[in-house]
Amino acid sequence: MRRTVPLPSATAAAPRAAFRRGVREGAPFAAASLLLAASFGVLAVDAGFPELAVVVMSAIVFAGSAQFAAVTIIAAGGGPGAAVLAATLVNSRFLPMGIALGPSLPGGRWRRAAQGQAVVDASWVMAARADGTFDRHYLFGNTGIQYVGWLGGTVLGVVGGGLLGDTDALGFDALYPTFFLVLLIQEMRKGRGRGVAAAGAAIALVLIPLTPPGVPVLAASLAALIGLRRTHRPAPPSPTEGAT
Amino acid sequence: MTADAWVVVGLCAVSTATIKGIGPFALGGRPLPAAATRVIALLAPALLAALVVTGVFSENGHLHVGDEAVGVLAGGAAALRDASILVCVVLAAVVTAALRALT
Repeated sequence: MRRTVPLPSATAAAPRAAFRRGVREGAPFAAASLLLAASFGVLAVDAGFPELAVVVMSAIVFAGSAQFAAVTIIAAGGGPGAAVLAATLVNSRFLPMGIALGPSLPGGRWRRAAQGQAVVDASWVMAARADGTFDRHYLFGNTGIQYVGWLGGTVLGVVGGGLLGDTDALGFDALYPTFFLVLLIQEMRKGRGRGVAAAGAAIALVLIPLTPPGVPVLAASLAALIGLRRTHRPAPPSPTEGAT
Repeated sequence: MTADAWVVVGLCAVSTATIKGIGPFALGGRPLPAAATRVIALLAPALLAALVVTGVFSENGHLHVGDEAVGVLAGGAAALRDASILVCVVLAAVVTAALRALT
């Protein structure tokens, strides 16, 4: 599994073509996002959020699992501090994901940080190349179409929520895990990381009853550190190794 | 409640933007060491598997197995047969809803 692929030329594909491919391949995920967002809209209005605040939240937070976490806590009678903390923990996985993406982004610090906002789970997974770099134009297209689905679905849920009734009775709570499971299956088909996936699942399972929401997922990312051991050269005294 | 809701929305936006921005802010366009590249490639399976597990089995901080576990399994089976993600998630919801209607 040791890869010695050199960094590809950054101009492997025309940016516009990559963007369009991202939009095309992100479209099914956008359709799934639309359903998820509709269920979020219903839940948030039921929790007492003003309709406008729900739509604005999807527009400027745009992080589904974090939004669900925050609203679920408010619905259960929790305070705003607990809600924001839960959302932050659930989002904490974007920290290692952003660290992975960073070197593939051009420009100064602030420009890179702005481009980093385009990360959502599906686009990040799909934009990853085998050599550890990311196709940023593909990422932008893939995320862009999902943003449309997420925002549109939220509006539908807020406006038409009364028509849907009880979203749990409709099985909407199965949508999110299935969304991630499909992504996982696609990732497994690349033929790597089965053991790491199993370890990540085990870590999360053990931590669910022991830690606040979000921590099990963040801790599961530690399973990826097994990648450090798959090296045959002795650790060189290189000061740059620690920079990541 | 209205004021609280807007506070939650505002703080969640700031927190999300910060978390997503830190990595790219700190790390520029220089190639990563090979070991870091291997770890990055393995992050996705670890995170996705954990998201599936917590989504299915976590309810208010407790372990719990419900009808949605069967629905998600059905969605996963469809994915293994190359169904599109939309078909998979809809199937998962339908199976879950059917089980709840029957029990």
